[in-house]
Amino acid sequence: MVERSNWRWTADLSEPGPVRDAALDDLRAEMVRGLSYAMARHREVTDADIEDFAQEALLKVLSGLPSFRGESRFTTWAHKIAVHVAYTELRRRRWRDVGLDEAAAPASGLLPQPLTDPSAQTEKHAMQQEILSAMRRALSEELTDRQYQAFIAVRIMGMSMEQVARNMNTNRNALYKLLFDARRKLKRSLLTSGFSSQDVLSAFADAAV
Amino acid sequence: MELDLDTIKRIVREVITTRSDEIDCGKCFDELDRFADLVLAGKNAAEALPMVQDHLEHCPECREEFEALYEALRTMD
Repeated sequence: MVERSNWRWTADLSEPGPVRDAALDDLRAEMVRGLSYAMARHREVTDADIEDFAQEALLKVLSGLPSFRGESRFTTWAHKIAVHVAYTELRRRRWRDVGLDEAAAPASGLLPQPLTDPSAQTEKHAMQQEILSAMRRALSEELTDRQYQAFIAVRIMGMSMEQVARNMNTNRNALYKLLFDARRKLKRSLLTSGFSSQDVLSAFADAAV
Repeated sequence: MELDLDTIKRIVREVITTRSDEIDCGKCFDELDRFADLVLAGKNAAEALPMVQDHLEHCPECREEFEALYEALRTMD
């Protein structure tokens, strides 16, 4: 593959013709290589999938060329687009048949009581139970219906944001704002319940190795 | 369905570390290539792009994509 600077990539890809064709071939090969590493832990992804992802990403790169600001390597920018295409499709496949019905479940059924943490001493364990109790209460009482639905679906159930946004008739950025507002309310509730940020972080830190 | 301990810890930490302002997924995506190159170069990406760092700490999907991107770039370099 020809080594190209950012300027050379954008120039070569700009005008139809043999120069662009060669650049597209090189970029496709680069993307396929990158996706092979990026998707390595996803055993369900086939070689054909990677070729499809690379092809879709190539189209997005071409249409998005004017938006490339040159603040990163061109290939990094292209790989970013390819990885996003791949994950969007993987999530769509994983969640396409799942609705939001399960996201209406009460939080009390999802946050275990009591919490079992083998690493926690008695005092820390007691703190964990109190904090979780406050979280359950805040989830039920502080959030709007939409905030609750979004938080349960995305953060508790782990559903794809694109899928949840579609089911809630909104877009991903607006959904993220819902989740952000939900987190702010939950945080405020924990703080007004008398827990400091440090209390919570200490109680829910990972066990020391 | 009951959550596992690691997920609960992660969710609680995400809640308590929420700041007064955050960028959304679109804005994070716009800066992710720059962020990735900084990390690869051993620079302090979190200091250069603190809002991206914060978003990645609170958005599992964006974090997943960043980690895959970084792994690919690191392996190929």
